[in-house]
Amino acid sequence: MQATENLLLRLEIDAFNADYAGCIDDDALERWPDFFAEDCLYRITTAENLAANRPLGLIYANSRNMLRDRVVSLRQANIYEPQRYSHQISCLKLGARQGELLEATASFLVVRTMQGGEMSIFAAGRYRDQFRRIGEGWTLQRRIVVLDSKRIDTLLAFPL
Amino acid sequence: MSSRYPDANTGRNSPASVQFPGPGNTRVPFAAFSDPDLYRRELARIFHGPSWHFLGLDDEIPNPGDYKTTYIGETPVIVARVDAARINGFVNRCSHRGNLVCIKERGTATKLTCVYHAWSFDLEGNLTGVAFQRGARGEGGMPDRFRREEHGLRKLRIGTVCGLIFGSLSDEAPELGDYIGPEIGARIRRVLHGRPKVLGSVTQALHNNWKLYAENVRDTYHASLLHLFYGTFGMTRLSAEGGIVIGETGGHHASYSRGSASTAEGNKDYDGLRSNQSGFQLEDARLLRHVDEFGDGITVQILSLFPNFVLHQINNSIAAGIVVPKGPDAAELVWLYLGLEDDDPAMTERRLLQANLSGPAGYISMEDGAVTGFIQRAIKGSEAACAVLDMGGDGHGSTTSRATEASVRGFWHAYRAQMGL
Repeated sequence: MQATENLLLRLEIDAFNADYAGCIDDDALERWPDFFAEDCLYRITTAENLAANRPLGLIYANSRNMLRDRVVSLRQANIYEPQRYSHQISCLKLGARQGELLEATASFLVVRTMQGGEMSIFAAGRYRDQFRRIGEGWTLQRRIVVLDSKRIDTLLAFPL
Repeated sequence: MSSRYPDANTGRNSPASVQFPGPGNTRVPFAAFSDPDLYRRELARIFHGPSWHFLGLDDEIPNPGDYKTTYIGETPVIVARVDAARINGFVNRCSHRGNLVCIKERGTATKLTCVYHAWSFDLEGNLTGVAFQRGARGEGGMPDRFRREEHGLRKLRIGTVCGLIFGSLSDEAPELGDYIGPEIGARIRRVLHGRPKVLGSVTQALHNNWKLYAENVRDTYHASLLHLFYGTFGMTRLSAEGGIVIGETGGHHASYSRGSASTAEGNKDYDGLRSNQSGFQLEDARLLRHVDEFGDGITVQILSLFPNFVLHQINNSIAAGIVVPKGPDAAELVWLYLGLEDDDPAMTERRLLQANLSGPAGYISMEDGAVTGFIQRAIKGSEAACAVLDMGGDGHGSTTSRATEASVRGFWHAYRAQMGL
């Protein structure tokens, strides 16, 4: 019984992450904030900063509205070369579940393709997540994106 | 080293392709951003020359024996704390066969030991241990003429200001305080009004010559034109009061502007502020709510020290950085985001939220690394053509207008003096 329940939970979170990756990779950024709770924390940091307990975020947002603002800025204000991401999310690991909250981690790899066709491994690392049960589905209460590398190639426009 | 530079430290000759036709410093040949010989000469005359280079923060090496590694130009260096009052710096190269002495970027040690042949150095850089100096089983070993005291690590001069550590490889550089000068020094002290601590760091790989970023940071003309974030969200700063302070040599600058009162903490009108031109507004305006911690109403101050140091204050976000040369067409921008020791949690949160404005994902900075990379691509085949720096005339004096390229011209003034060009 417990095993079946855990398996279903894995499938649900895996499917959530696949939708999340698809949203960014298909350039449907307007939907991206909807993966988060209204009072979410979304932070992109590096393994180095995390290990040293340094709170900086390359992106640091503590509300869903801040995520919406970032999308508007990317669409209307910021200048960057046309590019797209391909997320590979794997190695999902479920952690403690307390009531509506579920801890989880997953590995990610992002290949970035520029307009000229140049491809690079842009980012690799780990999501450290807290999901919240909303009805039949889930929302991200917290997603800490921990980059293995501290070096970003030129700029980080789209979210990870 | 190219044969065109028989002596990189004293030679006055320059490649025919790198001429500054003027008037003044208003024309910069694009070859200056790609010429490999010129680049080698910069490493010798600027990075190993009479300049000071930002190495890190006091707070990064708080305890005796703490060290970090960084670069002066392309030369790897070590910064180590001896005791509460003293910091030493060395070239990170073993005096024996040239191996890196410190392999890790940071650590704590009572002595520095090279992994190759276990030569060890104390925190003064003295060679204190040579493995098998007297040989093994009575054979081999160092000859009698070998003197340990002749084989210490190459030492840097070290200076500090407001918790920022600087180093120099040159005996000819003036004292750090004189190098910075009183006006620019006051602008550093204004921002770092408490003991700085590190909130985090990040590095940006740039596909361009280091000087394109050195120009960018001094370029007050582009700010509201390239970076549309403020304008898009109805916070145009075109009319904001401000100015530029340029140091005596031209190489250092501090530009500043006073934001409108509507961006100040507690002004409820701000949430609904809507641009006449754009119609966009922030859904969560907490991002920009700041307090006037400096007491002078200045909301943005961008400061540079020649050749490659930056200290910026954007609202309550503070960061120190260097652009590290990695070849004629590559560089790395290394940022340290700072808080102050006495910050309360609300101030720390402000600094973290406003850090969204800068860095690789910064609302008002992500374009900088993009544009400098675009220039590097665009100038191929146009090495003899020149960049035009006429905005605001041909001088590099301090000014109350930011519609000028005075501080960019100032950079080239200092550059040409040090390069002998």
